[in-house]
Amino acid sequence: MLKKISFTVNGKEVSLEVNPGETLLEVLRKRLGYTGVKKGCAVGECGACTVLIDGTPTDSCIYLAVWADGKEIITIEGIAEDGKLSKVQEAFVEEGAVQCGFCTPGLVLTTTAMVQSGKKYTREEIKRELSGHFCRCTGYQNIIKAVEKSLED
Amino acid sequence: MYNVDQYFEPETIDEATALLAEHPNLLIIAGGTDVLIKMHSGKIAQADLLSIRKIKFLETIQKRQDGTLSIGSLATFTQIANDPIIKENIPVLKEAALSMGGPQIRNVATIGGNICNGATSADSASTLFALNAKLKLQTQGGERVIPIEDFYLGPGKVDLKPGEILTEIVISPEDYQDYGGHYIKFSMRKAMDIATLGVSAICRIKNGVFEDVRIGLGVAGPTPLRCQEAESFAKGKTVSAQTLAEIGKLAVKSTKARTSWRASKEYREHLVEELSQRALKVAIKNAGGESLA
Ligand SMILES: Cc1cc2nc3c(=O)[nH]c(=O)nc-3n(C[C@H](O)[C@H](O)[C@H](O)COP(=O)(O)OP(=O)(O)OC[C@H]3O[C@@H](n4cnc5c(N)ncnc54)[C@H](O)[C@@H]3O)c2cc1C
Ligand code: FES
Ligand code: FES
Repeated sequence: MLKKISFTVNGKEVSLEVNPGETLLEVLRKRLGYTGVKKGCAVGECGACTVLIDGTPTDSCIYLAVWADGKEIITIEGIAEDGKLSKVQEAFVEEGAVQCGFCTPGLVLTTTAMVQSGKKYTREEIKRELSGHFCRCTGYQNIIKAVEKSLED
Repeated sequence: MYNVDQYFEPETIDEATALLAEHPNLLIIAGGTDVLIKMHSGKIAQADLLSIRKIKFLETIQKRQDGTLSIGSLATFTQIANDPIIKENIPVLKEAALSMGGPQIRNVATIGGNICNGATSADSASTLFALNAKLKLQTQGGERVIPIEDFYLGPGKVDLKPGEILTEIVISPEDYQDYGGHYIKFSMRKAMDIATLGVSAICRIKNGVFEDVRIGLGVAGPTPLRCQEAESFAKGKTVSAQTLAEIGKLAVKSTKARTSWRASKEYREHLVEELSQRALKVAIKNAGGESLA
């Protein structure tokens, strides 16, 4: 049983037929080539597969592709504009918040959503917003600093 | 890829109940954060899914004219955490919502799924027990409304009859108005962890005396439960450290804790005695009572 769905990825319209058991992660990585979306745990624990769905950070490994019908998806590939890193990406580079980089796409996307919300965050609130992302390398300090830098006016 | 054959996505509750009546094998899916994990592990090997995600009115959170609160089963934990009606009337449920998972999970996980999954650790359940919440269950033929306590039958087992969909969680004004509450989730990590124990305490106080105390516990038995003995003892007693100490002791009597890899029975009982008092202390303050040292 295939379902036809249409959505946008990084502003580009996509239409395709998917199996109802396919995840958005699989469709993005395997069928559309957005390999910046990482597969870590596949069960909603690590946040490596995070994408923005209508602006909301979502684990794409436990999100069925059929649910993406009509939605706007942003992956890490859509964050830099005209070859120029975004403010959030710059902050991650400057603060040395990246080691192996596997968790980075998800963290940059969550941080981007935080910046877009226009809200102010305390350090505790930043930690809470990042708590769905596991980083096995950095120890988080530089990531938190990068998020703080991203949120500066 | 999950092993899904048939997939239905009705837009109205009538269509959904009709489909369920016609195809009794359909598994309801809301946020999918329990269903898909079970399919991934093989606990559910194959499923035909009925998604209720497009039934938009199930997302509604409202306060009726008579003060009754109604929470649609499809409300996500993020929605509950940000909702002004929840914040103003039952902030203790906001605390419970924020203790759950991490942001990406809260963005999709629904309160209806949390209850219907039947876990004793469900972070919304102990608070809904304390609030005497009622559940509205709809079938093609009609609907019934039952207390949440009657819905839980055993570990992972709820009284969801074939063809039924949970549509609404209802809380009556007399069960929350003038109450203060507090939820404590005790877990090994501060986020992204399942509770070792969940304690939700609410109380109403007049002139330094407990008019009513209700304590809901998660992971203190095979299902969430209430502390009946402690609650009846508390009624009419002066708000004091001694009363609290006795409540803590009596709370343990209602538990059926067992040893698991997360914690031993003895440790859980210790947590019940201690944390029910701590939760109640904050609840007292939130109910407008004098704070205890
Ligand atoms: C990484 C991770 C962390 C988690 N952390 C927590 C946590 O801290 N605390 C916690 O309590 N839970 C946690 N969970 C479990 C899960 O997220 C919650 O139980 C969630 O509320 C389930 O809601 P859902 O909408 O995703 O349910 P689904 O998976 O869609 O459904 C769950 C069950 O309920 C049934 N169902 C759903 N909606 C209805 C309805 N309206 N009527 C009838 N039946 C229905 C389904 O058939 C299924 O049996 C976690 C899960 C993951 C993956
Ligand atoms: S791969 Fe999706 S959360 Fe880990
Ligand atoms: S940089 Fe390696 S996991 Fe975060």
